[in-house]
Amino acid sequence: MTEATYPRDYSLIGRDAKRAIGEGLANAQWYAAPIARARLKELMRRSDGPAIRDTLIWIAAFGATAGLAIYLWPSWWSVPFFLVYGILYGSSTDSRWHECGHGTAFKTRWMNDTIYQLACFMIMRAPTIWRWSHTRHHTDTIIVGRDPEISVMRPTVILKLIATYFAIPQTIAAFKHMFIHISGRLTPDEMTYVPEMERARVYLIAHIWLAIHFSVIAISLYLHSWLPVLLVGPLPTMYGAWVHVMTGQTQHGGLAEDVLDHRLNSRTVLMNPVLRFIYWNMNYHVEHHMFPMVPYHKLPKLYEEMKPFCPPANTSLFDAYREIIPAWLKQRKDPSYCIPRQLPEGTMAMICPIATE
Amino acid sequence: MTQWIKVCAQGDVANEDVMRFDHAGRTFAIYRSPSNKYYATDGLCTHEKVHLADGLVMDHIIECPKHNGRFDYTSGAAKGAPVCVNLKTYPVKVETGIVFINID
Ligand code: FES
Repeated sequence: MTEATYPRDYSLIGRDAKRAIGEGLANAQWYAAPIARARLKELMRRSDGPAIRDTLIWIAAFGATAGLAIYLWPSWWSVPFFLVYGILYGSSTDSRWHECGHGTAFKTRWMNDTIYQLACFMIMRAPTIWRWSHTRHHTDTIIVGRDPEISVMRPTVILKLIATYFAIPQTIAAFKHMFIHISGRLTPDEMTYVPEMERARVYLIAHIWLAIHFSVIAISLYLHSWLPVLLVGPLPTMYGAWVHVMTGQTQHGGLAEDVLDHRLNSRTVLMNPVLRFIYWNMNYHVEHHMFPMVPYHKLPKLYEEMKPFCPPANTSLFDAYREIIPAWLKQRKDPSYCIPRQLPEGTMAMICPIATE
Repeated sequence: MTQWIKVCAQGDVANEDVMRFDHAGRTFAIYRSPSNKYYATDGLCTHEKVHLADGLVMDHIIECPKHNGRFDYTSGAAKGAPVCVNLKTYPVKVETGIVFINID
């Protein structure tokens, strides 16, 4: 493989996009742990039960926190309820978007689709664009020039990174893209992964979303109240984002680029049940990437099956950040640096493309 | 000319499952539905050429292992993003416990 040139070009139409294709890193074959088909089939089986239970709790939590926040408004006692509401609105929707986008959370298709659309609106991710960007993320995970979901580009810009914890760059980008989409256009990067037949839907949804956002602002102005904009729209997306960014940045933070092995570019972190409820088990990220058909509620079992083939999981968020933060700092000066991963003895890393049939 | 190709014994595909079958440089997916009927399609997903035999059969649906794209394997119909192109299907017959597909 030829040496990468630094700084890397993270656009999907630039120098590194051509390099990835030339080097066989695009659409390549990836390492998969040898899990018996029969066991995998058991783990892949779908059911509606766990996601219906979790969604009922989720809706009840929304109702309770919003209700108490409204009831106690404008007293300061409403603040804790807004903070929890924000986490539900701006953070728990990350995993709902993700799992329902894969179509694995529920067995029933319309349930996945409904929660997907709702979560996309709350986290401000254009549903059609993100469905396709995530498809590419799974084909070419952390391949520079191919993966549209590389969130920390190197060299690391620390201020921008901190701003992501409050969804500032994400929200600005979301509005910028909505305005591009209502003019009937996609960005050049989006054009590389959203097929022609899906584009009309992108434009339609941008119109609907902007109409909702402006309506909420209009209602706030009409009522002379902050409540509507604190409950719906970009504000809760932003003030509630920090939990999903905190957990989400552990997925690939500081790890290798341009490898064909999820054990080297993804991270599994053990988390407590509350975080795992908010995050719908996305902390089992190596497992999810290797076998995206396994629903979130079966990932802990898949983790057990894959243990012999994977590097040890990080034992906590603290443990993960203890390696991520120094790596980010180092990557400011040395963008070629990545956290090395120790694979279990007897398993080989897949770092180069292999000839496929 | 009609060409019936022997694939496997009936029991080789588990109920509500799929099996890969390679023949003459081509690859196929052979399905056994919950109602014990056999079907065959091209073996690779029309999205990014991944083997569907590694996927999951749910009733009459095969879900691709790579991006969870879904096809109705009885008709080959693509059921929505990210799969947009239908799968080619092939006639299947079972005779004396042996599954055959008809490759034109
Ligand atoms: S390769 Fe089958 S859905 Fe993408």
